[in-house]
Amino acid sequence: MTTVSRTAPAVIPDFGDDQPTGRKLAIICSKGNLDMAYPGLILANAALGEGIETHLFFTFWGFDMITKSRMNDLKFTMLGNTATHMPQGLGGLPGMTAMATRQMKKQIAEIGVPDVPEFLQQIVDSGGHLWACRMSADMMHIDENDLYDPVEGIISAADFIEKTEGAQLLFI
Amino acid sequence: MSVTSIGATAVHVDAEGFLTEYDEWDENLAVQLAAQIGIELTDAHWKPIRFLRTDYIEQGETATLRRVSAQAGIPIKELFSLFPGKPAKKMAYIAGLPKPRGCV
Repeated sequence: MTTVSRTAPAVIPDFGDDQPTGRKLAIICSKGNLDMAYPGLILANAALGEGIETHLFFTFWGFDMITKSRMNDLKFTMLGNTATHMPQGLGGLPGMTAMATRQMKKQIAEIGVPDVPEFLQQIVDSGGHLWACRMSADMMHIDENDLYDPVEGIISAADFIEKTEGAQLLFI
Repeated sequence: MSVTSIGATAVHVDAEGFLTEYDEWDENLAVQLAAQIGIELTDAHWKPIRFLRTDYIEQGETATLRRVSAQAGIPIKELFSLFPGKPAKKMAYIAGLPKPRGCV
């Protein structure tokens, strides 16, 4: 009688090392609210962890995420946000935005997610690229000295489109 | 879940090949798991792998890249150079743990 082995040939996870896909991701960050800063950061971080070349382009209000004087101080407001399910009038009371911001920062920290500057650092350390929008910089009279150091440059929209040829694109 | 052979050892793995039984892992097996994905383990590799093993017992889930970096004090850049491409998944595989399920 023959013995049938229960073991199949080794199953080895495919980490994509043999066949790099060349996948690229471009994320345009256009918002300066605390709650709207995170989606781009989280997706960029996830993509980098999957070995995907990732570029973030900060434009308009998104500049707050990379402006040294503001990046530590992004805010969350209940105003105009019906998803808080609170009376809109409440959001306009003095101190409400500060309170809502504190609460959100606390909730984010509690699940081990870093604040915005630290998150950007993690993205850069993971090989992510940060770019600032030329037009926004000109409008707001901001130059490289005002921006978070790892930002690689202030570039035009056309430059960004060129750099991210073939990339999947997210606008946030 | 199926059974596969890593060297001379039969272990339980999921559909992708990640070990499913914490206790079927030992450090000799880790050396072979690493070799299968082209990694030769050095002291620098062992530090995060041992952290992952301990942390899994304490937390009940596989540490994310950020958690490994923050809690074990290993720079993110170093983890990317030790386990190129998909560091969190590669570390989990070598440590005989499920893929991390956390987002960050």
